[in-house]
Amino acid sequence: MENMGKITERADMQSVELARRIRLHALDMVNHAHASHIGGILSAADIIAVLYAEILNVFPDNPHAPDRDRFIMSKGHCGVAVYAALAERGFFPVETLKTYGDDGGNFSCHISHKRVPGVEISTGSLGHGVCVACGMALDAKMKGRGNKVYSVIGDGECNEGTVWEMAMLSSQYALNNFVLIIDRNSMQATGFCNKVMNMEPLGEKWRAFGWHVTEAADGNDHEQLRKAFKEDSLGKPKVIIANTIKGKGVSFMENELLWHYRDPQGELYQQAKNELMEADL
Amino acid sequence: MRDCVISEIVKYARKDKRIMLLTGDLGYNVTEIFAEQYPDRYINCGIAEENMISVAAGLAMEGNKVFVYSLGNFPTLRCMEQLRNDVCYHQADVKIISVGGGFSYGSLGMSHHATEDIGAMRILPYMQVYTPADPVEAESVLNEAYEYQGPGYIRLARGRDPYLHKEQLYKSIGLLQPFETNETERFDAVIITAGTILEEGIKAVKLLRETNLKVGLFSCPRIKPMDIDGIREIALKTRVIITVEEHNVIGGLGGAIAEVLSSLPEHAVLLRTGLEDSYTEVVGSGDFLRRYYGIDSEHIAWRIQEYFQFMGKKEL
Repeated sequence: MENMGKITERADMQSVELARRIRLHALDMVNHAHASHIGGILSAADIIAVLYAEILNVFPDNPHAPDRDRFIMSKGHCGVAVYAALAERGFFPVETLKTYGDDGGNFSCHISHKRVPGVEISTGSLGHGVCVACGMALDAKMKGRGNKVYSVIGDGECNEGTVWEMAMLSSQYALNNFVLIIDRNSMQATGFCNKVMNMEPLGEKWRAFGWHVTEAADGNDHEQLRKAFKEDSLGKPKVIIANTIKGKGVSFMENELLWHYRDPQGELYQQAKNELMEADL
Repeated sequence: MRDCVISEIVKYARKDKRIMLLTGDLGYNVTEIFAEQYPDRYINCGIAEENMISVAAGLAMEGNKVFVYSLGNFPTLRCMEQLRNDVCYHQADVKIISVGGGFSYGSLGMSHHATEDIGAMRILPYMQVYTPADPVEAESVLNEAYEYQGPGYIRLARGRDPYLHKEQLYKSIGLLQPFETNETERFDAVIITAGTILEEGIKAVKLLRETNLKVGLFSCPRIKPMDIDGIREIALKTRVIITVEEHNVIGGLGGAIAEVLSSLPEHAVLLRTGLEDSYTEVVGSGDFLRRYYGIDSEHIAWRIQEYFQFMGKKEL
């Protein structure tokens, strides 16, 4: 992408700049492929950016290094954010993102590991990725490897029973190397979470399942996310509840369910692009 | 077979540190022998099979060879999408060891009868499907499943099933296993069975000795990949093939063989016996249910005789 808009000079410039690039790539990719889920991609962009800029110990030159941290995008419909982060981190050329959703291309709209270096597994059906991630964390813990396993899930995804089966097992085995981040944008496929399937009090549920629960009051704020990642989980698996805004960064998409589905075209695309270029998020 | 399979897994675990055993809180007095020797490679995932299958996939992606021990429909039908997306799509080295195949847990009722499992597992890409008939076959199945780097389903019956093969198998476990049958001969009818119901096939052959029909018998310990050449050969050497399985006639052994026959210009008639697209709805022991649903030795013999009475006995 030639023009990435205004560059902000801040202490956390790396993650903030990565988040901006993820959003701009995502907008272009979704526009190009006429694909859905831009709302959830924008809500998760900051979590993904902080992870790939600072937290994850991953190696673009050696994506399968045994001691790497594992990252599993359990809300696979927002895989665009991960594709963009991986490209920006040098796992593959940024240029290739332009083929998102193309016939015969590598980037399916639900995240795929098959031909994309750096993606650990393919997901798309909800409540799968976190369980596979749990297996990876079990292995790392049982073998005494130092690596951690991170997984981003949606708050709607917490409706899935398997999430709670996984929560029990992770707690039983005290997987203190396992970190979940809930992208709590408070919306799911047909409406607000508390109207569709009220999961509140979400934090209390995870605590009752034996997890260390920490919250980022503003889950789009990098400093708050950073603090949550650093917090000691006291020997337990950790869940970070990141209170995000669906469609974050584009005024007309924020908290609008329509943008779970619609792809921005024409004037709306241009307006979204302008907002993201100028934003000082 | 279960006991034989678990002791085989323990044997492999001794030389191969990658082997792990998972259970969904089943296997009282079964899995302890593994758990006690290899506590750090044994995980009881609780009564939560769907997560267990995904966890197994995650462990396999980290380089482990994962065996999952459970019962009938629990690690299969219940976990269909976990098997599809997490295990098979990622070609994860996960082997499902399942007891209670068919009606082997007779009076426990339909929830504990696995009668669509072969069809469901067979349709998953990369999944190998095994239905050993006795401990001799089970040992060879375990050996092949251990060597194969990918997903597998091993359908067992109960803890201790009778030995049917009197000696070691002389053919690879991937092939149809002739049972007191000379493969070079021609037959009027060939019985092919999947699993412990081979014993009904053996008895049916005895019953038919008093007739003028020449009957062969084969066990099919590996349904997928199917021994296609073996089926083709049999299909040209006999008038009738009759499949016998504790499974729906759709999708299982009979279905798999029908798929092979359909591409041949000339072949034997196929009679599929099993559950006629139904569930087990009566109470009874495994033996009772075999009689009730028409897949015991007498029914098998009768179906073959009936065919020849109706069609007349012609030379091939």
